[in-house]
Amino acid sequence: MLNVRNLVARYGQFQALFGIDVDVAKGGMVALIGANGAGKSTFLKSVAGQIPSKTGAIRFNDVDIGALPAEEVVRRGVSMVPEGRRLFRSLTVEENLKVGAFAGRSGRWTLQAIYALFPALEERRSNSAMALSGGQQQMVAIGRALMSNPDLLLCDELSLGLSPAVVKDIYTILPRIRAEGVSIVVVEQDIDTALRVADQVYCFMHGRVTLKGAPADLTKEQVSAAYFGIEGH
Amino acid sequence: MLEWLDAVIQGVLLGGLYALFAIGLSITYGVMRVVNIGHGDFLVLAAYLALWPVMQFHLHPFLAIVPVAALMFVFGYFLQRVLLNRTIGPNPLAPLLATFGLAIILRNGLQQIFHSDSRSFQIGQLGTDSIPVGGGIAIGVFPSIVFAVAIALTVLVSLLFTKTSIGVALRATSDDAETAGLMGIRARHTYGIALAISFALIAVGGVFAGVRTTFTPESGPSALLFAFEAVVIGGMGSLWGTFMGAVILGVAQTVGAKIAIGIGILAGHLVFLAVLFFKPTGLFARTL
Repeated sequence: MLNVRNLVARYGQFQALFGIDVDVAKGGMVALIGANGAGKSTFLKSVAGQIPSKTGAIRFNDVDIGALPAEEVVRRGVSMVPEGRRLFRSLTVEENLKVGAFAGRSGRWTLQAIYALFPALEERRSNSAMALSGGQQQMVAIGRALMSNPDLLLCDELSLGLSPAVVKDIYTILPRIRAEGVSIVVVEQDIDTALRVADQVYCFMHGRVTLKGAPADLTKEQVSAAYFGIEGH
Repeated sequence: MLEWLDAVIQGVLLGGLYALFAIGLSITYGVMRVVNIGHGDFLVLAAYLALWPVMQFHLHPFLAIVPVAALMFVFGYFLQRVLLNRTIGPNPLAPLLATFGLAIILRNGLQQIFHSDSRSFQIGQLGTDSIPVGGGIAIGVFPSIVFAVAIALTVLVSLLFTKTSIGVALRATSDDAETAGLMGIRARHTYGIALAISFALIAVGGVFAGVRTTFTPESGPSALLFAFEAVVIGGMGSLWGTFMGAVILGVAQTVGAKIAIGIGILAGHLVFLAVLFFKPTGLFARTL
């Protein structure tokens, strides 16, 4: 469904990605792991259309979306939960969710479906989004991304700033979303979480993919070596 | 004592006119974080546009507002789409310079066509009628109409911002344009809508200003200044804050003029500077 080939991305003079190949199968769940600054977020932003200066091919459902800006990519069915959640601070919870539907794609993800997935949000629908706890804000961010009825959901650092218990809750939701036919890519710092939830893992280092494979096929030593650039002992 | 109350009442009503100048500026600043330096000159342009049907077909100035506001709405949208969107980016100076340049072109263009004679709109008896409310205080009918229209349009615009999907998109863009893009909101379109609404509002303000007093091609900068002062007093990007800022500015001017004729405008500037000094975020600051 998503096939990225030889992706090179830059921020001005700084080159962040050096020829990345990533594939996401329909219904698949892929985790991107790696240290800070490895290029994981840049990769997601490139796919979502937020980084204009890039070369290579980003094919989604056999269409090249590499040249499209973010507001057109979401109309093709790729939706993003941005790093740090980035909720609209002057909007209520419900308004945040409704803005997520702006791309005009219809499907099963309606306000009711989001509230069924995250019951805690329904009673706080009229609250300012910023008045919620970090975990609930993350639910709003995920719900908002789902409201565009994506085929592919990109999640950047879902666990950022959340307690381990809340992170666990959030990650139990992802299989339910996947069960509705949404493919998912998560960027995750926590290796154990990533290996547990994903069926494909890509390890990024210094803008390159240093390791990829199914979690079951990867040893802890391989992952450590790919993650830190040193041989594990 | 009553004469001071009278000055305050006249000031509040004058604030209605300034609100019509200022709310458009507040919207464009709130959504795009850009100050339109040509705001006042576009307001004057709207007044001149209204002059034509009024002179040619003896249309009542109030009725001329409708087509002129519609025309200015369309003009604002396309000006943003075709020209000003290209200036929005990391450099905040670019849109300032572009609108500054447009203002100069507009002012000189109007000077060429209409010369510097001062113009005004006549509404006959309605312009001078007033209702005595006792104690020697009389409330002008026309200023009351302006004030009522200002309130009605502010209500309308805030409903637009809270109840319609384009309004929510405008607020989302105001909060975080990059993330709004992820939601499929096309900033170039929402920016166009923001300037369109702003231009429709200054069309109303421009014609009312031309009824209340006179205008020339050089009237733009003072209209921009009053609008800007109202926005800053009220707090950047808040509709009702801007409305209150306009009322405070109006009261400062009329009470100032009561203290000594000729210092009215100055008193307004002093209040503006005081707010800038003591509460630079404005008295009612929040985003749209």
